[in-house]
Amino acid sequence: MDLNYTEQQVAFRAEVRQWLADNVPAEPLPSFDTAEGFQAHREWEAKLYEGHWGMITWPEAMGGRGADLLQWLIFEEEYYAAGAPLRVNQNGIFLLGPTMMEYGTEAQKQRFLTGMATGKDIWCQAWSEPNAGSDMAAIRAKAELSADGQHYIINGQKTWSTRAVWADWAFGMFRTDPESERHRGLSFILVPLDLEGITVRPIPQLDGLPGFAEIFFDNVKVPVDCLLGEEGKGWSVAMATAGFERGLMLRSPARFQQTAKRLVELYKENQATADADPTVKNAVLKAYMDAEAYTLLTYQTACRLVQGGKIGPESSTNKIFWSELDRDMHAAAMSILGARAELLAHAPAAENVGNWLDGWLFSQSGPIYAGTNEIQRNIIAERMLGMPR
Amino acid sequence: MNFTFTEDQLLFQDSVRDFLVNEITAESIRALWETETGRSDALWQQLTELGLTAMTVPEAMGGLGMTALDFILIAQECGYVALPAPLVHVALVAVPLLDQLSGVSGEALKQQWLPAIAEGRAKVMVGLEQNAFVEDAHTADILILQRGQALYALTPEQFSYTLNESVDPSRKLYSVSWQTSEASLIAEGEQAQCLIDGAMNRGALGVAAEALGLSQRMVDMTVSYTTDRQQFGKPIGSFQAVKHLMANVAVKLEFAKTPVYKAAYAVAEQLSSANVNVSHAKLAATEVAQLAARNTMQCHGAMGYTWEVDLQIFMKKAWVYNNAWGVVAFHQGRVSDFIFADQAAIGAGNTFVA
Repeated sequence: MDLNYTEQQVAFRAEVRQWLADNVPAEPLPSFDTAEGFQAHREWEAKLYEGHWGMITWPEAMGGRGADLLQWLIFEEEYYAAGAPLRVNQNGIFLLGPTMMEYGTEAQKQRFLTGMATGKDIWCQAWSEPNAGSDMAAIRAKAELSADGQHYIINGQKTWSTRAVWADWAFGMFRTDPESERHRGLSFILVPLDLEGITVRPIPQLDGLPGFAEIFFDNVKVPVDCLLGEEGKGWSVAMATAGFERGLMLRSPARFQQTAKRLVELYKENQATADADPTVKNAVLKAYMDAEAYTLLTYQTACRLVQGGKIGPESSTNKIFWSELDRDMHAAAMSILGARAELLAHAPAAENVGNWLDGWLFSQSGPIYAGTNEIQRNIIAERMLGMPR
Repeated sequence: MNFTFTEDQLLFQDSVRDFLVNEITAESIRALWETETGRSDALWQQLTELGLTAMTVPEAMGGLGMTALDFILIAQECGYVALPAPLVHVALVAVPLLDQLSGVSGEALKQQWLPAIAEGRAKVMVGLEQNAFVEDAHTADILILQRGQALYALTPEQFSYTLNESVDPSRKLYSVSWQTSEASLIAEGEQAQCLIDGAMNRGALGVAAEALGLSQRMVDMTVSYTTDRQQFGKPIGSFQAVKHLMANVAVKLEFAKTPVYKAAYAVAEQLSSANVNVSHAKLAATEVAQLAARNTMQCHGAMGYTWEVDLQIFMKKAWVYNNAWGVVAFHQGRVSDFIFADQAAIGAGNTFVA
């Protein structure tokens, strides 16, 4: 064990910090759940790509830097510390990207990964259906091979597709074998959202913005080269994606460390009122410690992976931990802000309330998306602890 | 940056675990409860033969010259079996304290006791004022006791002791009566404070590691119990209400381990962050131990409330560790003082800055 950064890691951090200092917009971008904000975030992705910072762990040939996971953690730390914009293409770069590295053909990698890294193609997920939520194996949307074998003809409905309103592509699972049941006969297919027969109906979230959507497919013709992995083997491809989502990539610890830091500052600025509730101080303390614990475990996992180890079923604990941490941190902030906590940002008296309300609203979704925490608890009990099914 | 243990460290942990799980059974622990001292010389000899009493003793004194980081996984395994012997205390608290003594009398004490500890011939226990009681004073060959900002070394004829029975029958806590004297003084002033603070950190680190092992053991026992126990025609462990109680422990446990390892590293490397790291580790590890005790007892139903079921061996130790080696408020205070200070180095990128 050696918890010192190498000279190269220190130099890498300095390089990231300098680039971010020179390039991060001075004013926060508008929310990417608005048309204007989505465009602004797309342009930011292009800027990141120009500096080769789009997805640093990817090979250089695909717009990356061939960086290892420790460099990725360092990059993320600097990224969040610099207050850089959220990644509008996170579903693409953090979830589909790694899956494609593993399951994609060379042609698919060339075609899709570069488009992802440059921000040209923004991706959304298409997993859930009205009757297939936590029970994902109940998926019914069909993709039937056309008579000439050139296309899949997709019919059905997907829902809760985050950022589908302005995204260019969707990835998800469809039933390619109409006779199949449950997790057999499903295929992982990439769908351009501008095809004929696709209707995207925005769903306003708790904040009123159309952050997610339903997608309706009516005889949509998708070329067969959009199949990722083998036909009928979509479940195992999807499980790899879910692994990345719940595991390492989607929520890097730096995000929560910065929230914890802001929470400490908020507490200090409002200490007199905050201390009226004696539990608040400990909630702030706990936020700091848990964000640190998440960081430490992520570093340990990254070090293990860099040395050739594998992620195990214990990674299911991640998603529960960060989603509950995020909600608890924002709950503490709401307590500190007291009567002002409920004010929308543009309310006349909403001074010094920051963006805690937005964070509080978003934090409500964490225990639900990426597999509800109850599903995660089942996975932990059965696969990690070995309890009976 | 490499936040992993070496193959050797992990292999040694495995072999120690195998030995302990075979030797330290619930039956043997219960048998010790019936003895006068509650301790076994034969067990101490076995631990000595494994090299465990020598681990942290410097090589020049006949030991293996290992650090708190090398020992931390062993402490975890001691918790896993609820080891009824003060190995963690001796190896992690007392030996490094003795080793840090200086001056003529300090050197003499080191020469006298460190080789004896390594060879399993002697036990040295430390009593800090913050601990209220002295552990295992009845079998100690010397006690190192704090009074104010000074430390004293006392041989058994220089103190008397009274047992204070604990809810954990394996725990032997004593009120010790003794007088200070020039002859027994081994450190004072700033030097003593430094030794006291270090001992406090290592003691808290030790129980944090043990709490990880205790939690894992309670989980393992309960997975087994809920797989065997049937109700409604099924193993009770197949019910989500039971699974989720257990999953909640597993999540907390997963995220308590790395703070303990980071703290062990900080102690071994004498990082300036050691106090905060140890307190975080202690809080996280004892918190999961409390939840493990509560949820595993619940999963055992009425059986968990009996003297007969072995869960109590681990559960009671988990309870008492919550306030051993610094009460919760002490450790919270140390982390608070750090994060609420002006210019505190917190936030992304600061975890390994120390």
